Amino acid sequence: MTMLTAGFADPVLDAQACFRAVLEAMSRPGRIQRAGSALTPPAPLNQAAAAVLLALADADTPLWLDAGAEAEAWLRFHCGAPVAAAAGAAAFALATAAPPALAALDQGTEEEPQRGATLVLQVEALEEGEGWHLTGPGIEREHRLRVTGAPAGFVAAWAANRAGLPCGVDVILCAGDRLAALPRSVMIAEG
Amino acid sequence: MSTPDDRSAEGRGHLNRSRPNEGTMMEGYNFAYLDEATKRMIRRAILKAVAIPGHQIPFGAREMPLPYGWGTGGIQVTASILGPADTLKVIDQGSDDTTNAISIRRFFRRVAGVATTERTAEASVIQTRHRIPERTLREDQIMVYQVPQPEPLFKLEPRRAETKRLHALADYGLMHVRLYEDIARLGHIAKAYDYPVMVNGRYLMSPSPIPAFDNPKMHRMAALQLFGAGREKRIYAIPPYTEVRSLDFEDHPFRPIRAPHACAFCGSTDTYLDEVITDDAGGRMFVCSDTDFCTERQDAAASREAAE
Repeated sequence: MTMLTAGFADPVLDAQACFRAVLEAMSRPGRIQRAGSALTPPAPLNQAAAAVLLALADADTPLWLDAGAEAEAWLRFHCGAPVAAAAGAAAFALATAAPPALAALDQGTEEEPQRGATLVLQVEALEEGEGWHLTGPGIEREHRLRVTGAPAGFVAAWAANRAGLPCGVDVILCAGDRLAALPRSVMIAEG
Repeated sequence: MSTPDDRSAEGRGHLNRSRPNEGTMMEGYNFAYLDEATKRMIRRAILKAVAIPGHQIPFGAREMPLPYGWGTGGIQVTASILGPADTLKVIDQGSDDTTNAISIRRFFRRVAGVATTERTAEASVIQTRHRIPERTLREDQIMVYQVPQPEPLFKLEPRRAETKRLHALADYGLMHVRLYEDIARLGHIAKAYDYPVMVNGRYLMSPSPIPAFDNPKMHRMAALQLFGAGREKRIYAIPPYTEVRSLDFEDHPFRPIRAPHACAFCGSTDTYLDEVITDDAGGRMFVCSDTDFCTERQDAAASREAAE
């Protein structure tokens, strides 16, 4: 059996720093933050996705993932999150390859839209200042974000996700130790 | 910063890492008082609150070492976001030097070792009871509001299950009727504080009991705004640059109310004023509610005078 690599070196302050990065990303969609630069999670987990889950997932949040047995063991050990059999039952869904359809994840209800899932989506690269045009709450005029390796048809699926407001799914895009967030309220136009 | 090695040396985990003001920090408490599971729960609620602007999210508010009504909601939000690099400012009705503000600042100095300040410009996190600072806030600042009653419809519909449904349906007729009745009876909307707002065109939200004078500052504010209600166990948020509209009518547009005086200390005519009773013979004066802003203006005036 292989040894598990370590989680956060400082569980308290590293989790706080990662949370603030996600909070900043969620408040200003399309702005890139860094998280988890010191982590060595098992492949195919990248550092940012690992940090987000270490900071936010725990026994209260069913986790669905497609990352394989080693990553699952790592996350089970460090987060203690129960692994959900179906993506629709998860509070956090981690997609390292083609993600489940946004519509297949928990959307929340009209009365409790906060139950909508958070999709942690690993992509190849994130770049500010080019690519998608983002508008909506948190954005003064327009932010631009180039997402390399976004799933096919993502922008159309996002429009459908947004049509269900206030229900829907929030996405955290992770590439290496960089992350950007797409709260359900943001509008994406392809550029 | 310590290396992973010296952590395990004494088996005390994160407590070994050097932090600012470590000498004055209280022993035996987790960083920022709350345990990590509670912080994670609150952090998840905050993130969903930011994603759904203006929507109230229930959370498991903990008992805090201060009574309900003294900012238990705000203090839990602050504890969950605060890091060692933050500088915290706490105001109570605009003032930095009331019991509530001083105690909360001292609390976080002792349990988190963070730097505190009375200057709005120096703060990265500003916890507030019932005011928004006069100085324009920046992108790198976060406002945390203490909220006594997060439900704007509470006085019109006391059943939670019912207000939840009204929010789901975006059915805010009750509040329009409430404002209309003021106009019919008094000729104007007689709500001077806790004036309801629509956030991002979707949710009716209580801005907490800030004066209606402060409502326009929430509109497209550069800073993130977080709201915590401890007794009512709700968290909600307004992301930066989000539309916040005070509820009104075309023929009765919203008008922020302000005492028609100048500040007795700094002479400001565009800030929110407190009326201070000075004797028992009807003597009174009007002074800025935002003590930091007023002091800055007085200092600026004094240095201008000295220069002349």
